[in-house]
Parts: sequence; structure tokens; C-alpha cells
Amino acid sequence: MSSMTDSPPRESFRLSQLIYDTRYRSLTIQVFTLVLVCIGIYWLGQNLLTNLASLGLQPNFAFLNSRAGYDITPSIGTWITGYTSAATHWDAALVGVYNTLLVAFLGIILATVLGVIAGVLRLSRNWLVSRMMAVYVEGFRNVPLLLWILLIYSIFSEALPQPRDFREVEGAVSAASMTWGAFAATNRGFYMPAPVWGPGSGVLVAVFVASVVAAVLYRRYARKVLFDTGRMLPMLWPMVVIALLPVIAAYFVLGQPVSLSYPELAGFNFSGGLRVDNALLALWLALSLYTGAFITEIVRAGILSVSKGQTEAASALGMRPNRTMNLVILPQAMRVIIPPLTSQYLNLTKNSSLAIAVGYADVRATLGGISLNQTGRALECMLMLGLLYLALSLAISFVMNLFNASMKLKER
Amino acid sequence: MKNSVLFGTLAMAGLSAAAASAATLDDVKARGNLNCGVVTGLAGFGAPDANGVWEGFDVDVCRAVAAAIFGDENAVEFVPTTGETRFTALSSGEIDLLARNTTWTFSRDVELKFDFIGVNYYDGQGFLVPTALGVTSAKDLDGATVCIQTGTSTELNLADFFRANNITYQPVAVQTNAEGQQQYLAGACDAYTTDASGLAATRATFEAPDDHVLLPEIISKEPLGPLVRHGDSDWADLNRWVLNALIAAEELGITSANVAEMAAAPTNNPEVNRILGTEGEYGAMLGLEPNWAVAAISAGGNYGEIFERNIGENTPIGLARGLNAQWTDGGLLYTPPFR
Amino acid sequence: MSETHAHTTAFVRDAVLPQQPPPATASGPLRWMRDNLFPNWINGIMTLIAIYVIYRIVSGLLPWFISPTWDQPSLSACRALFTELGQSTHQACWGVINDRWRQLMFGFYPAELYWRPTVALFVLLAGLAPVLFGGFPRWFMAFALASPFIIFTLIWGGTIWVPIVVALGLVIAVVAFRGLVKRNAILATFAGIVLPILFWLFLVGPLTAVLSDALPIGLDPVRSNQLGGFLLSVVIGVAAIVLSLPLGILLALGRASDLFIVNKISIAFIEIVRGVPLIVWLFTASLLLNYFLPPGTSFDLTLRVIIMVTLFSAAYIAEVVRGGLAAVPKGQYEGADSLGLSYWQSMQLIVLPQALKISIPGIVNTFIGLFKDTTLVLFIGLLDPLGLTNAIRASTDWNGIYWELFIFIGVLFFVVCYSMGRYSMYLERKLQRENR
Repeated sequence: MSSMTDSPPRESFRLSQLIYDTRYRSLTIQVFTLVLVCIGIYWLGQNLLTNLASLGLQPNFAFLNSRAGYDITPSIGTWITGYTSAATHWDAALVGVYNTLLVAFLGIILATVLGVIAGVLRLSRNWLVSRMMAVYVEGFRNVPLLLWILLIYSIFSEALPQPRDFREVEGAVSAASMTWGAFAATNRGFYMPAPVWGPGSGVLVAVFVASVVAAVLYRRYARKVLFDTGRMLPMLWPMVVIALLPVIAAYFVLGQPVSLSYPELAGFNFSGGLRVDNALLALWLALSLYTGAFITEIVRAGILSVSKGQTEAASALGMRPNRTMNLVILPQAMRVIIPPLTSQYLNLTKNSSLAIAVGYADVRATLGGISLNQTGRALECMLMLGLLYLALSLAISFVMNLFNASMKLKER
Repeated sequence: MKNSVLFGTLAMAGLSAAAASAATLDDVKARGNLNCGVVTGLAGFGAPDANGVWEGFDVDVCRAVAAAIFGDENAVEFVPTTGETRFTALSSGEIDLLARNTTWTFSRDVELKFDFIGVNYYDGQGFLVPTALGVTSAKDLDGATVCIQTGTSTELNLADFFRANNITYQPVAVQTNAEGQQQYLAGACDAYTTDASGLAATRATFEAPDDHVLLPEIISKEPLGPLVRHGDSDWADLNRWVLNALIAAEELGITSANVAEMAAAPTNNPEVNRILGTEGEYGAMLGLEPNWAVAAISAGGNYGEIFERNIGENTPIGLARGLNAQWTDGGLLYTPPFR
Repeated sequence: MSETHAHTTAFVRDAVLPQQPPPATASGPLRWMRDNLFPNWINGIMTLIAIYVIYRIVSGLLPWFISPTWDQPSLSACRALFTELGQSTHQACWGVINDRWRQLMFGFYPAELYWRPTVALFVLLAGLAPVLFGGFPRWFMAFALASPFIIFTLIWGGTIWVPIVVALGLVIAVVAFRGLVKRNAILATFAGIVLPILFWLFLVGPLTAVLSDALPIGLDPVRSNQLGGFLLSVVIGVAAIVLSLPLGILLALGRASDLFIVNKISIAFIEIVRGVPLIVWLFTASLLLNYFLPPGTSFDLTLRVIIMVTLFSAAYIAEVVRGGLAAVPKGQYEGADSLGLSYWQSMQLIVLPQALKISIPGIVNTFIGLFKDTTLVLFIGLLDPLGLTNAIRASTDWNGIYWELFIFIGVLFFVVCYSMGRYSMYLERKLQRENR
């Protein structure tokens, strides 16, 4: 083949060469494909315009500026945007975006933690524990996520006490009481103390950031000492001290600028404090448990992919088992783990669109649900929704690819 | 014949010609059945029974229309729709008629390009609360958590009501009535709000209905009615007058029991004769058989019979006629004359 | 001999002692427990915690589960029974499963025709057997190829001539290709694609009409909106996977190809489809797909969902097959090139058979995921098992029922998905053995 292309016969170009000549054929195929795809897209677009025109509907994004008129359960999105029912559909969409980002972010963290712990326990010598982990994995992997979300949400609303059970009744024990007078788990949400930022709290935050940086620097130093001299400095306690002591000192020096507001039962609900909606909790937990089950298997496969010789070599060097796991096995397993982990993170983010089942106001529920339904702008809403999820997926892939590149075997 | 065989086979594979063309009636007749959009499940208004037979108040409207067109109340395909898919299903031609407790509003009629053919149930949005709360008025609900079905006009009414009265609430969004009921009973919300008819129906099936009370406030007007696509007035007329015939039948004392007898020969009442096709050409004007109304009324009875059978006081739903009584009985049902 | 021996050395035992059982701590259940439950104190604590957790779960759930309510016709009857027995009403009311399990399985499929989906399931399993297990005679492959058409006829009914005539189109494609390939490969490919399309577009209708007039054989037609429950889930899942295979393979080849434009188009399709949640695609199918078709055509919702889910799963299948293509050793590609095979020949004869074999476990896993995701169709108003729970709870008999339905559905999904997952693991191990 190469000899042919090296010395092409000198002859005039014929049309049949487009098909039979390997030099031109690939070009022909590509142009042909491109034309077909373009015709297809044109055909779909043309149909769309004709259909919409015959129904008297024109694609138009002006509805985004009109009044939304519906309320959204207080959540991080409404807190950031200050959303009320007088805001626009665009604001409602933004609320949804923030809420989606929040549940995806929290879900990814918890799923990873659960997955790694369960993955290690799955390989435990303890028969009962490894069996239980197997039951967890199979139970969650083989039942639709939607069912789990519904079940967990119902467990929350059925099993936890109502706010009015906390009410103190004369001459009787109230049905439920707050933990330490500060936390309340109700079937509407979890209430906990919220910080109230007084004057001078900016300085406190600055001190906190500085001491965390200092703790990280100490860790670097300790590692350097370890690698250079082999001397092992204590790691955990100094870091905790460096991170917390200045903050505590500053807190009192500045005259306690941050106070806590405690939730209190007032009227129908608790007021004050921080409220985490049950819909968010149930969705978060269900997403994390479901994705965690898949991550468990990924972690297990990753750990098993590290050859046993590595463990034996590490223990021959006198390493303790947890150090072996942290320093020898997990770093190697990571290279096997990260690519499938990325796709699990993507799945979790996309699955967060099932928030609709528990009434959590994610972007699918606001922009793609209520706004769509109130305005009837299906095409516009779906287009925006699709692009948004696409951007989110691409962003996660991008970050995970960077992470993957940094974990790659450094060949010298 | 050949065409119909082919058509049947293709239809069974799911492929069917659109009903979006100008003459919906022709399409429906060619297809041999009416495609009627209904709710996925709402007690008394539309739900399949253990044998998969759909029944309910809205479902009977579909059956009456099918009976008027084909003389067969079963020539109807029920397409379950959700709050979100119902309007697109209608405008894309997937269904010919949407009979799914849908509130007649300006924007749905004008902006979304539909035609409401009338009102088959005058409703209003109410609140259901546990008696134990000691609440007697919706204005006492300041700070309460309220369960609300998403994708409905009730959502907007609720926001407006609380805003107008300068009180606050926390919405808990639920997808379906069944879910709202479950959340409410578990105490995840202090009050449940939806159309008062739905609340009464829901309350009736509770383990202890007396522990719950409907608040006196009705915060909105909810005229629920069937609707069709905008642009085919003939089809809208047909549906409108089938519904009117059901209502008029009750007013004039035509029931499923006596309709055959009354239609057999002209009666003394000319309007009855015009409805039942023993006088005039009213069926032909709609593009139907002369006995169209006879078939529609025989299918499930007149409006009153449909009401009593599905949601009336002797059913577990137990709704009183209230606003939905005939105008002669102090209600709002008032049909234009058949003349 | 033994006597003298005994005589001479008194300290040597002359008879074999009866075997003693090993000490209780070194064998049997005690040994097993020590090794597996209490090897050290941390594990011991974990075991105790685990036992406690299991005890709490079981003791909490068991009284709810064991409930003599299988025959009760309604929730209120259940409650009346509990009151009569003097028990708490916080118990399961299993009557709902007894009353509605047929609906949960078959949806609104006519009761007298339940045998048809059941037979279709067996045809499906038989048709898949050669692909999944291997080692079947060649004639069985013909049955496997025919099985989609048989299943279609069984589930939707209608005249048998439609599937036969449609299948005839495929035969025409093969005959045209085989007949012309000796003369001119390009022309053969062209004919193999265009002829059946022309046939399907213009001849299927009249031909079917003529044949069914002449010989009206067929089954009672069943409309798509009568499908529901698990039948609907299985139909959507299986149809989507089977239909998406060809497209998925093409996309995988496109993504692995050097042709710039083809490669980029494939990547764009795969990434766009995978980057957006299925629920958004389903809403697109429900709300928008009709708008993208020529004015005047309309598919019913089930078919639109199948089309959309097919496109969706094609992107996932493409990624699985891409993995398979990458796992075929480079020597195989080079070997095919050195034999002078064209691209399609090398793919068809050398690469794809190996790549697809490697991909089967991945395809099965994709199917499991897809099957579970079919529950999302409830959001667009199709009555899958979860959608039916709404309808069931809206009936006055069962208003207020909850856990029983969800547990029943969960267990069914678990059984199906778990067995498929086991099968896929078995396949993976088998492949590993074969590749060793």
C-alpha cells in the first residue's frame, strides 16, 4: 500500500478515483458522511420550524424575564439568589442550578467516602462484615435508584418525629426532644445551630484560613523531613493544634464575634438555626448510597489489581497494615480506580435530576418542571436544560482528567 | 378494506397518522377510536381498576364523546398524562381531547392555544389540616409547611394567597396526589392544599377521616374542564355540545334508564326531541348520527348520574353537588339551549 | 511380629489409637467463628456491631412483614382484620399484591392473552442462548435471527405478514449484497442499503395488504398503550438494547476511525447523549420528538420512548464496544492488513468477532442499567410498575397503601438484575480463562 502512495502513477484525475483510489477514498467517505449528517439536521430543523409555525408557536426566550409566581422551598439556591415568588423564571432556573450543584457536590463526596470504606471492608477478613457489604452493594446496585430515593424519603417522613412532637405538654413527656438543645431531626428537615457573623468575624475567618495554610505547610515540611532523613515527625496532632489553636485564641481575643442561633419551636415549625430540608437529605443519601455501591466494586477491583507481592514487600519492610494500605496499595490502585470513578461521578450528577421524585428544587424541577409547565415553553426549557447538564458533565470530566493525569505513573 | 387492514397493523405497531390536521373528527373516525388524555391516577376522577378498565368522572366524559361519535363508549383509548406532559400531548396531536381536571385559565386558553369546551366541575382550592392543630382559618397558617402538587395552577394560587395576606409558608412539592396524601399523613406538612374536591376525596379514604378538617377558605376559582386544540372549531363544538347534552339531559330528566324510551318517539318537550334527534338535524350539523346524544347519555348516564356514580355522596369520595348542581337547584350548571 | 516388638520395646505403642476429634477451638464452627468473626479485637467489635445492626433491622421489620392479609380485597378490609385480631394496624396489607400483581406484571394487556408475552420471554431467552452461551448448532442461529420478529408478533399481535415482509427486506439486502459483491463491492454495499429501504418504504404496505387479504392469519392486535408494568420495562429495555447494537457498533468504529470528520461526528453524538440525563431525553421524547418529524406523522408515546432510549443506549454501547476494540491485540489489526483485507473485511472477519465477544459482559451491564432506568418513564405518564403504583393508589380500595407495592417491585427488579449481573460475572471469568 505504501509503495503505491509513495510513487503515484502520473496520470490525469478520473472521477472513479474518488472511490477506488485509497488516497481520495477517505475524503469521499468523509464528505459523504458530512453531507448526510447536514441533510439530516436540516431536515429535523425544517420539520421543527414547520410544525411550530403551524401551531402558532415561535421559539422565544422572553418568558425567562416574566414573573415566575411560584414559591420554592428554602434551599441554598433561594438563599443565594434571594428568590421570592415575585422573581423571574430566570431566577428560578438559577435557584435550580445552585441546588443541582449542591446536591451533586455533596453526593460525590459522600459517595466516595462510602465507596472507599465499603470497598475496603468488602475485602475484610471478617466474614460477617464482608457479607454485609456484599448485601449493601447488591441491594443498591440491583434496584432502580428512583425506588431507593422514594423509599428513603418515605422512611424520613414516616420514621422521624413531627415538629409538633417536640412541643412540651403540661404533665406529660413530649414525644421527642432536641439533642443537646441544639439539634432536632424532624420529618421536615434537620435543624441545627447556625452561626451569626458579628463584627470582627472577618478577622476570625482570615485567622482560620491562615492557620489552615500553616497546617498544610507543616505537613509538607514533615514529609520533606521524612523523605530526606527518614525521621518521622508526628503528623496528626501538630496539624490539629496549628489549625485550631490560633482560631480559638482569636475567637476570645476578638470578644466572641461569632455566636450561634439555635433552632426553636415557634408555631408550626422550628425557626432560627440552620434547616436542611429532608428532600435534600433523602436525595443526597440515596444518590450517595447508590453510587457508593458502584464505587465499592470499583475500589475493590482496584485494590485486587495491586499484586499481592506489594503487600508482602511492604510488610517485609515492617510497615503496619494501615500504612501499607495508605502508602503502597491505594496509590497504585488509584490509577485503576479513577477512570471508572469519573463515570460514576458523571452518573451521580445526571441522576440528581431525579430530585423531581422528592420535590427537591433542582434545575430539572424549576426550569424543566414548574417553569416549563407554567409557560408551556417545552423546546426552550429542554434546550437550556440539555446544554446545562452537558456543560456540567464536561466540567466534571475535565477536572477528573486533570486529576488522572496527576496520578499517572511518573516515569523517569 | 385493504387500507384499514394495513392501518390496523401499523397502528398496533405504534405508528399512526397525526390527528394534527385540520379535521380532527375525520381523523378520529378514520382511526376508529378517540384518543383521550386522562390523569395517571386520581381517585374518583380517573384511575384504572384491577382489570385495567378506566373509570372516573373525567373518564366518563371521554366515554360520552366516544359514544356520541361511534355509538360505542369503548371506542376510546385512554392516554395517561402527567401535569407536565398533558398540554404537549394535546398540541402535538397525540390526544384529541384532554379530560384531566385541568383549570380553565386565560394563559392556557390564549397563550398555549387551547379551547376549553366547558366546565364539568366547578372547584376551588382548599386546605386540609389535622384537627389537632387547632387551626380554623387558612390565615392562621402563618409559618406552616404546606404540601402542594407541582405543575398545577394551585402552586401559583398558593403563592398569591400567602403573599396577599402577608404571611409566610414553606412549600413541600409533591408529584402526585397519592404522594401528597402520604406526606401529609406522616406529618411532613401541616396542611395539604389542592382542589377541594380532591381534598374531600383524599380525606374520605383516611383511616380516621374525623381527625382532619377542610378549612372554610376557598382561595381560588378552579373551573375544571375538558379541552381541545385551538384551531378546529368543528371539533371543539362537537365536544362542547356532548358535554352540554349531558348537563341538559339532567335538567330535562333524561337518564340512561329512560333515554331509549324517550328517543323512541317524539315527546311533548321539543328541546328533548332536538337533543335526542327525534326533531331537527342537530346530529348531522355536528357531523354525527342523529342519535348521537342518545348514545352519549346511554354510555354513562346524564351529568348527575355520572357525578353520583363516581364522586357523589354515596361513593367513598362523598362529594356534595354544591356549585355543581343545576342552576335550578342553586348551582352553576347552566347550559345554553339546544335550539 | 508385633508380639516380639511389644515385648522388646515397652514404650512403643503397638496399636493405633482411635482418632480424636480436633479440639473444639481448632475446627468446626468454633474455629470458623474465630477465624472469620473474631480474629482480633477490632474485628470482634465490628462483628458485634454487625450482629446488633442485623438484629435491629430484622426485629423491626419482621412483625410488619408477617401479616395474614393475602386475601383482603381492600385496605379498609385489612384494617378491619387487624382491629378484629386486636393487632396494631402498622402491618403490611399484602392483599394489594394479590389483587394487582397481574397488572404490575402485564399492565393492561388483555388477561386472556397473557400467554403471549410469556411465550415471547421464552423465545427471547432461546434466541439469546447462542449469543450468550455459545456451542449451538448453526440452524439455531437462524432461529435467533428470526426471534425479534416472532417476539414482535407475539406482543403486538396483528397479521403475521408485517414482520414477515419486513424480514424479507433484510433477506433482499443480503441477497443483493451477496449477488453483487463479486462484481463490484461498492455497488453491492449501495444496493444492500438502498434496495431494502426502497422496499420498506414503497412495497411493504401494498404487499402486506395483498398477503393478509389472501391469507388472513394473525393474532389479536394489542396496542402499545395496553403494555404496562414489567412487560413495558422489559419491552423498552430489550428493544432499545437490540436496536441500539448496530448503531452502537457503527459509532464505536467511527470513534476509533482515523477519518477526521467521521471521528468527530461520532464523538459529538456519544458525548452529547451521555452528557445529558436520561430523564431529559425522555421529556424530549414526550414533549418534542413529534415536532422534529414531518408534519402529519405521529408516533405513539411508547414508540417514541423506544426510539429515544435506543439512541441513548447506542452511545453507551458504543463506549463498551470501543473498550472491546481497544482490547483486541494490535497484532490482529496488523495481521488483517497484511492479508490485504479491506477495512470492512478486516472488521467483519477479524476484529469485531473478537471485540464483541469481549464486550458482552459490558453490554449486559449496560442492559441492567437501562432496565433499571426504564422506571423513569413514569415521569412522562407511561405506566411502568412504579407508574402503576400511582394508579393503584388512586383506586378507592387501595388509597393509602405504600410500602407493599414498592417492596414487591424492588424485589422483582432485584431478582432480575441480580441474576443478570451474576451471569455477566460468569462471562467475564469465562473470558479470562479463555484468554489465559
